[in-house]
Amino acid sequence: MRNESSALLKVDGLEAWYGESHILHGMNFEVHKGEVVTLLGRNGAGKTTTMKSVMGMVGKRKGSITFEGVETINLSSNKIARLGVALCPEERGIFSSLTVKENMVLPPIVKPGGLPLAEVYDLFPRLLERGGSQGTKLSGGEQQMLAIARILRTGATMLLLDEPTEGLAPVIVQHIGDIIRKLKERGFTILLVEQNFHFAATVADRHYVVEHGHVIDMIPNAELTSNMAKLKGYLGV
Amino acid sequence: MMTLFGIPTAALFGQLLLGLINGAFYAVLSLGLALIFGLLNIINFSHGAQYMMGAFVAWLGLTYMGANYWVALALAPLVVAAIGIVLERTMLSRLYKLDHLYGLLLTFGLALIIEGIFRQLYGISGIPYAVPKELAGGWNLGFMYLPIYRAWVVIASLVLCVGTWLLIEKTKLGAYLRAATENPALVQAMGINVPIMITLTYGFGVALAAFAGVLAAPIYSVNPLMGSNLIIVVFAVVVIGGMGSIMGSIVTGFMLGLLEGLTKVIYPEAASTVIFMVMVVVLLIKPAGLFGKGA
Ligand SMILES: Nc1ncnc2c1ncn2[C@@H]1O[C@H](COP(=O)(O)OP(=O)(O)OP(=O)(O)O)[C@@H](O)[C@H]1O
Ligand SMILES: [Mg+2]
Repeated sequence: MRNESSALLKVDGLEAWYGESHILHGMNFEVHKGEVVTLLGRNGAGKTTTMKSVMGMVGKRKGSITFEGVETINLSSNKIARLGVALCPEERGIFSSLTVKENMVLPPIVKPGGLPLAEVYDLFPRLLERGGSQGTKLSGGEQQMLAIARILRTGATMLLLDEPTEGLAPVIVQHIGDIIRKLKERGFTILLVEQNFHFAATVADRHYVVEHGHVIDMIPNAELTSNMAKLKGYLGV
Repeated sequence: MMTLFGIPTAALFGQLLLGLINGAFYAVLSLGLALIFGLLNIINFSHGAQYMMGAFVAWLGLTYMGANYWVALALAPLVVAAIGIVLERTMLSRLYKLDHLYGLLLTFGLALIIEGIFRQLYGISGIPYAVPKELAGGWNLGFMYLPIYRAWVVIASLVLCVGTWLLIEKTKLGAYLRAATENPALVQAMGINVPIMITLTYGFGVALAAFAGVLAAPIYSVNPLMGSNLIIVVFAVVVIGGMGSIMGSIVTGFMLGLLEGLTKVIYPEAASTVIFMVMVVVLLIKPAGLFGKGA
């Protein structure tokens, strides 16, 4: 077993609100350095809200979120980003008033050690070709690539990927799977939200199941097959 | 006497020049409004009052501190921007999440208060401000007489507009601004201090208005009402150009100034309303404005 102190990200008793609606009710989970961990759960379970809370983008949050031992629950999102956490949002967040190239280099370098731009383009050659086009003129798959690509050069060590495969063709899903495995090899730590647990199983070390704003189970990837019936029950599929 | 289409050239070009000068003010003011609206989501109705304050700071500086025109041109925008920044931090920043209407009402109220204070202190008869001696006099171009100061106003405004456009479209800072206009939360989550960017953008927009006010001081007199007379037309320009479009504001500002000047020659009775007629037509045909995106 890994010990507690090796947790890069530790979420403890996290509660979050959008205005008056109480969305997260005591989320607990942790992600260790170099791990790929997923949050699985039905629509509306609170996966995106969890990601946004970790990133500091939800107005009201309580409990504890530590990154590299630093408490971030009261930090603004720009400060959290500077610690080395980066989000690839569910809606991708490609800017239409920026070119592909401008989108790519928009996030500032927050720490040394990010992928050099040339290496990012090696992973996503298509983005180099389309550099001059308007960001939102890219296809859905290309926009997803861009949303992932632009957070790789910032030096962030913890990547939050919110449903990177949503709505994409199987070959592109496969490509994104390859990318995630490469990033893991490169030492990135990844928290992944997925609807598609078949895909999740090909990249992740562990899975947390989220329901009604808290974690109801944790399944190591190696035990996924033996827990398949239970998981399908959780997800209602 | 030379004529063109039966109109004396001196009168034609004279009016076109006046139009161009008005257009320069429309452009600089609507540019500031567009910047502020884009990022703050606020229709800054106190823009006219801030333009007026620019002119007053120039006059006050000259009268009480002996600060000449050039010093005023550099300092007035800073002073008025600083006041704007205080307003933004203490009041406007509370309204960003609400409908545009609230920001409009607040800034409208502020404009009335600011104008009221200046009226109380300085009356409404207007105070003359001399053309700086470096720019006094004019050139006879043969077909018309060109006062140097007016040429300066047009050129300075053009440089300011083009410079601002380049800053926004071609620099990294501009990319942050464009991105934050679309999705401030995401830009902040990339590590950018968006609240400070918003404050500085408001300050910059206000500084543009104050700069225009200093430019205007030697042409029109310094008058507490100079802003409210102008700002109504500027809002029409903004509607025609498309709310929030940078290039739209600049081009539309100059074009409508020229159109106004031309109308003065051809059919003077319509000169003061032609811009509003264009506004009505644009609203009917392309409600988002000539350069606006979406519906
Ligand atoms: N901006 C918001 N304001 C109010 N409620 C919200 C907001 N965003 C999400 N919610 C609510 O919070 C709950 C959790 O939403 P969240 O987006 O975190 O779910 P999710 O697990 O990511 O779902 P999905 O799989 O559909 O992406 C939902 O009930 C949703 O309606
Ligand atoms: Mg979601």
